[in-house]
Amino acid sequence: MSFLGFLKKKQASKELGRDRGILVFENTSEVIRAENALKAAGWDVTVKGPPPEIRTGCDLVIEFPLIEELNVLRILEGSGLKPLQVVPVQSALLEPVSLFHTKDFGQYLMIRAANMKLTVDKKTLTIVNVSGGGCPDVPFLAQEMVGKSLSEAPTPKAIGHTLCGYALQLAYEQMRHQCSRS
Amino acid sequence: MLAVVGTVPDEGFPLLEGQVGLENNMLLLKGIKIPVNRGTPALIAAALAAGQALGNDPPYTYLVGDIGTGKGSRRLYENLVRHLPKKTFKVMTFHYLQPDVDWHNRVLFALEEMKPRPILIADAGFMYAAKMSGQAGAYDLFTPDAGEMAFLADEEAPHPFYTRGFILHEENRVPELITKAYENENGARCLLVKGKKDHIASRQGILATVDDPMVEALEPVGGTGDTLTGIVSALVASGMGVEEAAVLSARVNRLAGLYANPTPATQVIEVIKNIPKAMEEISKET
Repeated sequence: MSFLGFLKKKQASKELGRDRGILVFENTSEVIRAENALKAAGWDVTVKGPPPEIRTGCDLVIEFPLIEELNVLRILEGSGLKPLQVVPVQSALLEPVSLFHTKDFGQYLMIRAANMKLTVDKKTLTIVNVSGGGCPDVPFLAQEMVGKSLSEAPTPKAIGHTLCGYALQLAYEQMRHQCSRS
Repeated sequence: MLAVVGTVPDEGFPLLEGQVGLENNMLLLKGIKIPVNRGTPALIAAALAAGQALGNDPPYTYLVGDIGTGKGSRRLYENLVRHLPKKTFKVMTFHYLQPDVDWHNRVLFALEEMKPRPILIADAGFMYAAKMSGQAGAYDLFTPDAGEMAFLADEEAPHPFYTRGFILHEENRVPELITKAYENENGARCLLVKGKKDHIASRQGILATVDDPMVEALEPVGGTGDTLTGIVSALVASGMGVEEAAVLSARVNRLAGLYANPTPATQVIEVIKNIPKAMEEISKET
């Protein structure tokens, strides 16, 4: 690719804002509180007008680095704030993966949510493996969770930071749900 | 020489670069011991194990601590942008890094300035950023799993978490997903899609599949994708073509997995320990 071609493409990709997400709140006062909380925590966020398809509540939204959704939500929760919606900038109609895939290995049960897999020993409820994913909190989550029981291990929601961490949280919740039934 | 760029799941781990060694199942870099659990340390340990059998130099590594906040990754990106243009590597493999389109593009600029331009392999977070930036075609090899393949195929998805539901990441849909990824300019020159059956593909279509030996218990074992990327990186660094290396690495990784006699609770270090034996076995056939 030519240098110029690369430059043009780079510009186009930046305009797409593919790695940004939008936080939608019920009212403007919540948007302002959220902006303050996130900026105080050092986040690169901006307040913008929402795209037409999500103009349901307030007329302002907060744009943030989508990959770090879990981390951002935790900071907001600490400030008593909960967004109505969290969506990607590029297509506000995209929804998180909601299908779970379960695989029974006899002694072990594996659940996959999006790109993350969680496996437990059915008898002891010990987490024996975490696999999949590509964000840097995945090896960290595996390090902190593997070898601990489902009830004792820290949750991905508590110590994860990214969308991979979020996906693992979904697998974790589904695992707890399934294990509580058996 | 092979260079590997990635992270260590320890926030306090400093930004370090240099050649690594393996000692008592721990990586050794600048006197610091790094546990090999999964992630980039597993990739490096696998590349070391495969590289030793091939007579490669130990990989040169760029490592930083990052537990998902992205702070370490950004420090590393900044360092790469500043220093890569003066470096010479035959192959560069990018791994568990915080996906960040802007930093990805700056790093790619720096890579374009390297003389000669290295062969580029991307997996995990850096592969996500490469796709999101629209620059997948600048890479020689991506190593996605089936779920990540669906993400590459979905031109709208900013992350595998947001892959649209109608693009089902089922194993038997992988050929279709590969075609779609190339149609949307989201495939590297070669794709090594790991799964129940590994697919090696290019824009021309499926070049090869590898499904033997089939070891079901490996699917839950965290890090087997990292070892595959490490092995293929070592093979390419030894001078092998990317496509051939992709096929061979899939076979070596499966064989090493088989020799580990795994259960779903097995840890990836057991697979890594068996890479030399698997390399030896495969080399007898070729």
